[in-house]
Amino acid sequence: MAIVVENLSKNYDLQRAVDNISFEIKTGEVVGFLGPNGAGKSTTMKMITGYLAPTTGLIRLDDLSVEEDSEKVKRRIGYLPENNPLYTDMAIVDYLRFCAQIQGVKKTETTSKIASMIDRCGLDKEKHKKINELSKGYRQRVGLAQAMIHDPDVLILDEPTTGLDPNQIVEIRNLIKELGKEKTVILSSHILSEVEATCDRILIINKGRIVADGTAENLREQAKGNEIVSIQIAGKDGGVDSEMAKKLLTDLASVQTVKIIDKKENGFQIQSKPDASSKRAIFDLCVENNWYITEMTGDETKLEDVFRKLTN
Amino acid sequence: MNSIWIITKRELASFFDSLIAYILIVLFLGVSGFFTWLSGGDVFFSNQANLQPFFGIAYWLLIIFVPAITMRTIAEENRSGTLELLSTKAVSDWEIVVGKFLSCLLLMMITLAFTIPYYITISALGDVDHGGIIGGYFGLILMSAAYISMGVFASSVTNNQIVAFLIAFFLGLFFQILFDIISSSFRGAVGNTLHFLSFRSHYESLTRGVVDLRDLLYFGSIIVAGLLFSTTMLTKRNWKA
Repeated sequence: MAIVVENLSKNYDLQRAVDNISFEIKTGEVVGFLGPNGAGKSTTMKMITGYLAPTTGLIRLDDLSVEEDSEKVKRRIGYLPENNPLYTDMAIVDYLRFCAQIQGVKKTETTSKIASMIDRCGLDKEKHKKINELSKGYRQRVGLAQAMIHDPDVLILDEPTTGLDPNQIVEIRNLIKELGKEKTVILSSHILSEVEATCDRILIINKGRIVADGTAENLREQAKGNEIVSIQIAGKDGGVDSEMAKKLLTDLASVQTVKIIDKKENGFQIQSKPDASSKRAIFDLCVENNWYITEMTGDETKLEDVFRKLTN
Repeated sequence: MNSIWIITKRELASFFDSLIAYILIVLFLGVSGFFTWLSGGDVFFSNQANLQPFFGIAYWLLIIFVPAITMRTIAEENRSGTLELLSTKAVSDWEIVVGKFLSCLLLMMITLAFTIPYYITISALGDVDHGGIIGGYFGLILMSAAYISMGVFASSVTNNQIVAFLIAFFLGLFFQILFDIISSSFRGAVGNTLHFLSFRSHYESLTRGVVDLRDLLYFGSIIVAGLLFSTTMLTKRNWKA
């Protein structure tokens, strides 16, 4: 199911939480909403689920309008809200049965659906426990199970991995990835590595606006400046005159600037001219001067940098 | 309709799981039983085979018991955020409200059903006015429904259960006695209107076995109004301000 959002805005009293955003999500895409706290991620998700009505703008799922066909739309969306609220006094199985019934799962299929969800979310050992007896990780799995019980075409997951331990995070990520093969998934997070690991596409949202849209690769490419290489060199019998080395490096045709970062160990940071690479030239220079390269690392632009640049 | 029933079943099950239902039934039977059979002003004292003492005390018990069961209905879901989850499933706000209303009403009906042995005992003791007793039970159910409707509304305006209880209790007090008391200091139309708004006259005519269309309309309007106001409180989040 494809999602189309057009000129969506939402005002809370005087504050504008979402400011005229538009985007499209294709069937089977896994999209991550990334942004600082209070950027409007959750509000946008709540509007897509039909919980909040937009102040202005349109949301469509294929040819269904979220506002006008809300009943039909709700049956095709699975939603895991932030903080994962659950009826904690119910047993897992009873709770899942309740969710299945209310989402209109056929009576004959209910039991098998519940069984498959329990299996898929790894709840088998705990299935007869009450939800308030579960640890946070298991509650999160119950949250995912209730969102998927009616086999929705669209899954909306608001911070699905908060509060989980690293093993659980990996498990949930794998689950999301697997789901993403057949369903349209939107998830939100402010953890960059998570979005990078699970999503086909990233929307960075800041102050209610979309400030970047693309794959992790795209975004890195956009933010990438000139090539930066850090090296460390050593002479044949110990020392190298770092000032002289700096001068020679600066004289290379492709090099823009050279900075000494470690005088003792002869560490340099070399920035190349736009669209040029100096790695080979540096190697050749070192060979000419009988220096050993003890370290050479290329600085990759991190998603963190992109994020900081866009949201600050 | 189906969704309403699913919600009702879940709510009812949670009353029984959390012991609220058992406590309610035991207390209601204990207190009403004491005043009906043992207190001194009871059925033996009046020397008549009727259940007037029971209907008298039940009239007062409802104003405490009903807010106690309705206070958590929506307030608790609001507080814990489960209301958001429920609203994004394939149910409308109206279905949520009616489902919760029905679950409380069923719980009250189950509680009242436990007092049917009173009826059986009393009818073994002498000639009873069956119409009056059936009318009295009918009145209790209608009055519970009216209190529940107010209670669900009180629960929908806050996310604090105690506040919900107090609002429901306060609203109930008006219908229970305050309108009656205030009406006595007014003459003419105002006095009559206030008197009409009070539960007492409507309830008493039912316990005498008189089922008047006006009484039914009176309780019906309170119930519907409470449910509509509660639904409005839920739908309010979607108002485009």
